[in-house]
Amino acid sequence: MINILKRITHEPLGLTGLILVIVIVISAVLANFIAPYDPIALNILDRLQSPSANHLLGTDQLGRDLFSRVLYGGQVALKVALISIAAALSIGVLLGMIAGFGPRWLDNIIMMFFDTIRSFPTVMFALATVALVGPSLETVIAVIIVTSIPNYGRVVRTQTLSIKTNEFIMAERVMGVSTLRILGVHVLPNVIGPLIILASMDIPTVIALEAGLSFLGMGVKPPTPSWGSILNDGYTLIRNTPWPIIAGSIPLVLITLGFTFLGESLRDLIDPKLRKSL
Amino acid sequence: MLAVTLLFCMIHLVPGDPARILLGPRATPELIASMSARMGLDLPLPVQIFRFFGNLFRGDLGMDVITNRPVADIVFNQLPYTLWLIFTAIIFAALIGIPLGCYSALHRNTLADRISGILSVTCITAPAFVVALYSLLIFAVTLKWFPAVGAGEKGNFWDQASHLVLPAFAIGLSWIGYLARLVRASMLEVMGENHIRTARAYGLSERTVVYRYALKLAVLPTVTVIGVGMGFLLSAALFTEIVFARPGIGKLIFDSITTRNYPVVMGSVLISTILFVISTTLSDLINAWLDPRIRASL
Repeated sequence: MINILKRITHEPLGLTGLILVIVIVISAVLANFIAPYDPIALNILDRLQSPSANHLLGTDQLGRDLFSRVLYGGQVALKVALISIAAALSIGVLLGMIAGFGPRWLDNIIMMFFDTIRSFPTVMFALATVALVGPSLETVIAVIIVTSIPNYGRVVRTQTLSIKTNEFIMAERVMGVSTLRILGVHVLPNVIGPLIILASMDIPTVIALEAGLSFLGMGVKPPTPSWGSILNDGYTLIRNTPWPIIAGSIPLVLITLGFTFLGESLRDLIDPKLRKSL
Repeated sequence: MLAVTLLFCMIHLVPGDPARILLGPRATPELIASMSARMGLDLPLPVQIFRFFGNLFRGDLGMDVITNRPVADIVFNQLPYTLWLIFTAIIFAALIGIPLGCYSALHRNTLADRISGILSVTCITAPAFVVALYSLLIFAVTLKWFPAVGAGEKGNFWDQASHLVLPAFAIGLSWIGYLARLVRASMLEVMGENHIRTARAYGLSERTVVYRYALKLAVLPTVTVIGVGMGFLLSAALFTEIVFARPGIGKLIFDSITTRNYPVVMGSVLISTILFVISTTLSDLINAWLDPRIRASL
């Protein structure tokens, strides 16, 4: 682990990615201490200000400090990304291993489920769900989990299938080791590597999706700050001030860049073979 | 097929009666009952699904309960706008991305290659709606070079074209990066193959080798990627259509969600899903047709 970190920091792109990610994660986690203002406190007198020493990124139409809102928005983005990817990863691994190791009919059912989900364009699926259940952060997380399960599940299934016929697994079976133990102790460590890379490259997609849905008013509810809802404010005010758009997009672009750079250098380091297939 | 059933069940499994939501809290029970009957909601679920599929095969997506027009009409009215937008965006991305990737591959590991690599990644990671917002802010609001909203007058080509520029740019930008990287990778692979070496050994000029033999093969993967990327393209189109208030299927979905017009939401999500599935299949077929190696294995 430390070895990998060391090698990443030796590469300019990996280092840039790591720094960007660390800075944004820390600023989101410590938002309560760093933020100069309450992100939802109204101050109508100071509305639509340009950046100044008092308001680093200016204020929005209700006089809320944009810098503070951006910091707190980071918490929402990271929360969504972490929860949904962790959940999708675990369910995907479970289903993928069952599909790869289990009986043929179960494999077929699971693959059918995966194909069904994959046949929807993600945003359309998200919008249809939000239309039915109503907009909330939980809905967004649920949609992201459901739509990303197949991505992980399919990779795990393929890997499991190829490991399954290996001699050491056969030997375990002959020795009467339980399926659960085989899966947990022997298959899992072999499939987890590529998954971590896949997950780290998925984080920007997920964050952008959350921001996109919040931008459409289908994600977090106001007045909770999210990068997407800040951008939405900016969109409605586009003829008055450019600052909300700039404030909302900077962290969004930086964090997607950061995770992409990091993910790519991780991929090159851990598994050069994946370079082609991804 | 399964996707459609899932979509249908989803709409019906959620709590709350669509007819009741549509009519609002002050509707009388009789009104709700008659609305339900009109939407076919009073029948048992399997019958509803069966009827829905029966209608679907006849090209009937049901009626829009608010304006009383057939949903299929509304959707197919909006579809050309989205298709044109996606098509323009792809052409734009291909025109810049493919030469860029080709150039990077031929000048591998030079400064220009590295810069174009970083630029490509930056382009890929920029979400379409952020690019849309910026292009709206810079080119439409501040500089006023291009119109900000709508799709232009019908029949007036230049007006429509100028309305297409910014949205197509917003969708195409990430694809420039994507195509550039893809073409670079496959170009490097192709350049290492035997037939290129043979072509060189025959003494063909470098230009002929690159453009006649290598590029032709290196462009192949882009076809698949564009086909599979149809889902992303549709999603990006949705955001851009909303930002530029441009008619299209994405805007239609968004508007009908805000008015809770379920038949239209279903119809348009359905059509875009079908579009996605068709383009994925089509790209596989085109690829097989272009590449003799895959054709043999089919």
